[in-house]
Amino acid sequence: MSAVRPNWQALAALVTGLISLAGLPFTATMGTGASLLVTAIVLVAAILSMLKLRPVAQAIILAVASHFAAWLLIGGLADAFGTAGFGYFAALAASWLLAWRLVTVLSEMKFIAPVAKRTIALIVPAIFGIWILILWEALTRGAGVPFVLLPPPSSIGARIVTSTNILAADFVQTVVKAVLVGYIIGTFSGFLVAVMADRFRFLAAGLLPVGNMVAALPMIGIAPIMVIWFGFDWQSKAAVVVVMTFFPMLVNTLAGLAATGHMERDLMRTYGAGHWQVLAKLRLPVAMPFIFNALKINSTLALIGAIVAEFFGTPVVGMGFRISTEVGRMNLDMVWAEIALAAVVGSLFYGLLALAERIVTFWHPSYR
Amino acid sequence: MSTLPVISAKNLDLVFQTGDGSVHALSDITLDIEKGEFVSLIGPSGCGKTTLLRVIADLEKPTSGEISVNGTTPEKARLDGAYGYVFQQAALFPWRTIAKNVALPLEIMGLPAEERTSRIKRNLDLVNLTGFEKKFPWQLSGGMQQRASIARALAVEPDMLLMDEPFGALDEIVRDHLNAELLKLWATTQKTIVFVTHSIPEAVYLSTKIVVMSPRPGRIHEIIDCDLGADRPLDIRETPEFLKIAHQVRDGLREGHSYDE
Ligand SMILES: Nc1ncnc2c1ncn2[C@@H]1O[C@H](COP(=O)(O)OP(=O)(O)O)[C@@H](O)[C@H]1O
Ligand SMILES: [Mg+2]
Repeated sequence: MSAVRPNWQALAALVTGLISLAGLPFTATMGTGASLLVTAIVLVAAILSMLKLRPVAQAIILAVASHFAAWLLIGGLADAFGTAGFGYFAALAASWLLAWRLVTVLSEMKFIAPVAKRTIALIVPAIFGIWILILWEALTRGAGVPFVLLPPPSSIGARIVTSTNILAADFVQTVVKAVLVGYIIGTFSGFLVAVMADRFRFLAAGLLPVGNMVAALPMIGIAPIMVIWFGFDWQSKAAVVVVMTFFPMLVNTLAGLAATGHMERDLMRTYGAGHWQVLAKLRLPVAMPFIFNALKINSTLALIGAIVAEFFGTPVVGMGFRISTEVGRMNLDMVWAEIALAAVVGSLFYGLLALAERIVTFWHPSYR
Repeated sequence: MSTLPVISAKNLDLVFQTGDGSVHALSDITLDIEKGEFVSLIGPSGCGKTTLLRVIADLEKPTSGEISVNGTTPEKARLDGAYGYVFQQAALFPWRTIAKNVALPLEIMGLPAEERTSRIKRNLDLVNLTGFEKKFPWQLSGGMQQRASIARALAVEPDMLLMDEPFGALDEIVRDHLNAELLKLWATTQKTIVFVTHSIPEAVYLSTKIVVMSPRPGRIHEIIDCDLGADRPLDIRETPEFLKIAHQVRDGLREGHSYDE
């Protein structure tokens, strides 16, 4: 008994692996031999992972077995759209359980070297993402999900590769022009107005209710008006982004400027520091976590705003334009390609801001 | 010696208006502090020690009465950098290194970089923090943080130090050590120090004059002279003279204490 250390993922993989034997062959084009190979890999890996091996050895066995099995399973779908039986899905579930076990083993590993820690911190979400794609691919193609409902990631990927020109043009139009310009103007002006409203209280009293109202306006109301005011091109989309990003920045900056402690303010007072000195040396640094919060919220809002604003009139380029027209043409792979682009851009934007936040507010208790 | 006291308060009254009524924080405070004195304010919490110190520092305005600091108004004295204020907590800015924290008031004063550098060095040296210039406050112990905050107050080179229970949050051993250092500092710099505490031994050990205060309303109960001479090793606290003054302070505190709570 001492040589074995059972865990529920491996046990479940064992059970589902055995169940898959009742559904051979897995697909119309996958022979019984290939199907049995997958099951064998899964069963052997499940058993090995319950032995008392070093965590590194376990991780390697699980990584190789689960991904090799998945690769075989997806390969078995060639020319077999919608023909996967229950044996196929049982084997898929078994290899997914092994991947789950892999992530568990990885997260329980104790490392001292910071490089190793950081690598694990990257590998775990990567495995997570890969398995979303694997399951998505295998389920859509294996079960024959209609293309318009949800295209498999492989067709989306193929579409991305063949449409790089279109995607690049859409990216420049929507992200580089509308999002970036609107984001910079909106957040900067929100920040400046907050600083002024903090200096002259009557401004805050007058502005906050108006700002509240503007923030509550629905985008479907604003976007057409901006098109009338600023034309069909990216300027009207940038204007929508300005309207959407201004207020979160204003409110957060005001909250941040109010977050300074009494003692620190009194300290500055004993030095006879003036308003702007107190602002620069005390209140803005204290407000930084709040300001970064707004910057991060706004990065998401800006992207959504620019894309959706293009639904209301645009030249024949742009991510929002592409999504709305390709949906009409049932070219769902193109729609998903744009969604993937938006997801990557949004994550990068957010990630860069989070990185900048770590550098600027290194002193904050949540980072140090 | 000059004849004018550095701090002179006459019939000070201060009433805080709060949501649920008013608090009579200071009542009829009359007190003169001469140049070079070490004056402790002692009393139970809520008796107005902090408030009195804040009035001297122009962080609070009295409701009535007169007060002069350095022969002028507290406001003018504050703007002239007449005093350095040490708070109950170190109040160091976590985004600045220790050296940069000490530099803060010097930047506000608009001193040139070389002058700042030499003052930072001198004052960190004075509080035994040489070598910690590049550390951030949160990398230091509480005692070291409080010493850094004293260096920051001294860097202004004020005639006066106003200290509000600066060692209240520290353990006894660190506290003893810092008391001895503060005394040495006072002896070498000849500064006027007003020091808030609620520790009797601390007050007796440090002061030339002990102001015993009592609460509700906050007022001065008794002023006790306390000169144990310039040279005070820590074990002076076992001597009969020391114990006699400590006893006197304790009696004063007891008399001033209202038993109705
Ligand atoms: N800003 C304020 N507003 C209202 N009441 C205050 C304020 N500051 C102090 N007080 C009250 O004044 C009294 C004296 O306070 P304080 O000077 O802090 O006492 P001590 O420092 O001796 O403990 C207390 O009753 C306290 O609650
Ligand atoms: Mg107090």
